[in-house]
Amino acid sequence: MKAVRTPEENRRISWFCFFATLAFLGLVLLLDQLIKPTSPMYMLLTVLQKGSVYALAAVSMNLLNGCTGLFSLGHAGFMLIGAYTYAIFTIPSASRDTVYQYYDAAVRFSFPEVFGNAMGPAGTALGVLVAVILAGLMAAAFAYLIGLPVLRLKSDYLAIATLGFAEILRAVCQWQKLGPITNGSNLLKSFARVSKFKLVLGSTKLTLSTFVPVLIAAVSIMIIVKLINSTYGRAFKAIRDDEVAAEAMGINLAKHKMISFTVSSFFAGVAGAMMAMVLSIAQASNFKSAMTYEILLMVVLGGIGSTSGSVIGSFLFVAASEWWLRGLDSGTFLGINAPNIFRNGFRLVVFSVIIMIVVLFFRQGIMGERELTDVWLNRRRARQKKKEAGK
Amino acid sequence: MLEVKDLHVSYGGIRALRGVDIEVPDGKIVTLIGANGAGKSTLLRTISGLVKAESGSITYNGKEILGMSINKILELGIAQVPEGRRVFTNLTVLENLRIGAYLRRDRDGIQKDIDWVYELFPRLQERSWQMAGTLSGGEQQMLAVGRALMSRPKLMMMDEPSLGLAPLVVKGIFEIIREINRQGVTVLLIEQNANMALKTADLACVLETGTITLRGTGAELLTNEAVKRAYLGE
Repeated sequence: MKAVRTPEENRRISWFCFFATLAFLGLVLLLDQLIKPTSPMYMLLTVLQKGSVYALAAVSMNLLNGCTGLFSLGHAGFMLIGAYTYAIFTIPSASRDTVYQYYDAAVRFSFPEVFGNAMGPAGTALGVLVAVILAGLMAAAFAYLIGLPVLRLKSDYLAIATLGFAEILRAVCQWQKLGPITNGSNLLKSFARVSKFKLVLGSTKLTLSTFVPVLIAAVSIMIIVKLINSTYGRAFKAIRDDEVAAEAMGINLAKHKMISFTVSSFFAGVAGAMMAMVLSIAQASNFKSAMTYEILLMVVLGGIGSTSGSVIGSFLFVAASEWWLRGLDSGTFLGINAPNIFRNGFRLVVFSVIIMIVVLFFRQGIMGERELTDVWLNRRRARQKKKEAGK
Repeated sequence: MLEVKDLHVSYGGIRALRGVDIEVPDGKIVTLIGANGAGKSTLLRTISGLVKAESGSITYNGKEILGMSINKILELGIAQVPEGRRVFTNLTVLENLRIGAYLRRDRDGIQKDIDWVYELFPRLQERSWQMAGTLSGGEQQMLAVGRALMSRPKLMMMDEPSLGLAPLVVKGIFEIIREINRQGVTVLLIEQNANMALKTADLACVLETGTITLRGTGAELLTNEAVKRAYLGE
């Protein structure tokens, strides 16, 4: 059950979430130092990196599909814009000509270099951050333009239109004539990627390759949660429940739908940039509608409308598909060696069965519409009640 | 005072209102009765700005409100309780009330009004943390009324508040309407339940296929032969 909180409980929960996030970030930083690329646990870091990318993508999609009730399937398109923007503006000038081997590169500077030359190592980090934010802004700008005609549509029609626009974005990115900017259908590489993120303090060297994406995702998700809990968030939910009644309450439908759409796309763009820095390449053909469906699946598995559900859903999804079920593809799974059954593609079969089981037994997804904090709060209240009854 | 003059409204080729004149004096309960499809809801939706009119005028305290945005009309103090309650089912009772005060920015005033609504409907306070969708029909109607009150309206328009409710609950709702009116809110009430509505109202009109055919005080219409035959079932 969803719990309504008193202001006191609200404050408590906010602090609890804040410290829990800090503790988690500290843990990730520690794991980043302890786990070496040769360790069998290294997959954990990969899962954390990719999981945080998908978590942000899923949470931003949940803002749109779950909270505002706008069924949009354009997420991969906006992530593509984000990934390309980030990549284009962080390729070092020395590598430009090798990356754009068939074209004459139009963008001839990179933010990390520009800021790095001016301010030293801190400037390089700032440059990466600027590129990430620009990626979000670019995605939001495209979302605004696409939203103008598309947001007049409802439900299935909106889904089809956004899906179409996402495919158009992908096609345009691969267009020969845009080659000087997007490198046509060739991939973008050599830009700032997570494996290069390090913090050097005197003689100690801290690896930040997992910490940075997790940090960006955590901060972004916190902002989205703030938005959902604000009056805007309440208006979004009102629109989802009943458009006509919401309009009668004085909520401007067009404006609020646009806010939700652009904010969601902004963070999709940021997620796209993170995807690029984690995978260390950016290629339009990766951002197909299948990616949107994957993210949608995470949102549904986690529970539509629940932010913590989306996060849990994406980490479970990534962990299962990248790590736990890998053995099903490579011959040995849970100590059973059966190369005839466990070979390429079998993982997907098992995975589909698991998803079907989850959907059958958790009709509302893992979390339903609750948040983790609701579960925690209800437990606490039940405990208090028991204590009082005991007296 | 709300004044509607010679209002014409069409919906996709169908003329729903054909020259409606109606006055709602301050502090009164005015009811509008009529059969299904007479244009009652259309009139209400036109006043609140949800539907665009073809011609005519609607003035509120001398100010033309036809063509104004919904927000502006709401800010002038005209709120509506939509037909079929339309509460936000996946929001809690408290959140529903807060949405009702969406255009207001005065925190203290909003809190005061929430307390006021809870005083009017103690039932809602008990269910403050519940999802509105889990409330009974009568409670949802209370919530819809409370939500409309949260915008601090001077004029509240209600579209069939008795829809689908048990007779005893309907009686309770009408008592609340009188109570709200006593506290200084003008009420424009649309009803199919002519008996209840006419007993409650100060003034009444009968709307038939887009025009007003009868008007008078509630008591007058209650004894009118034509009204009796058509709406009271005698």
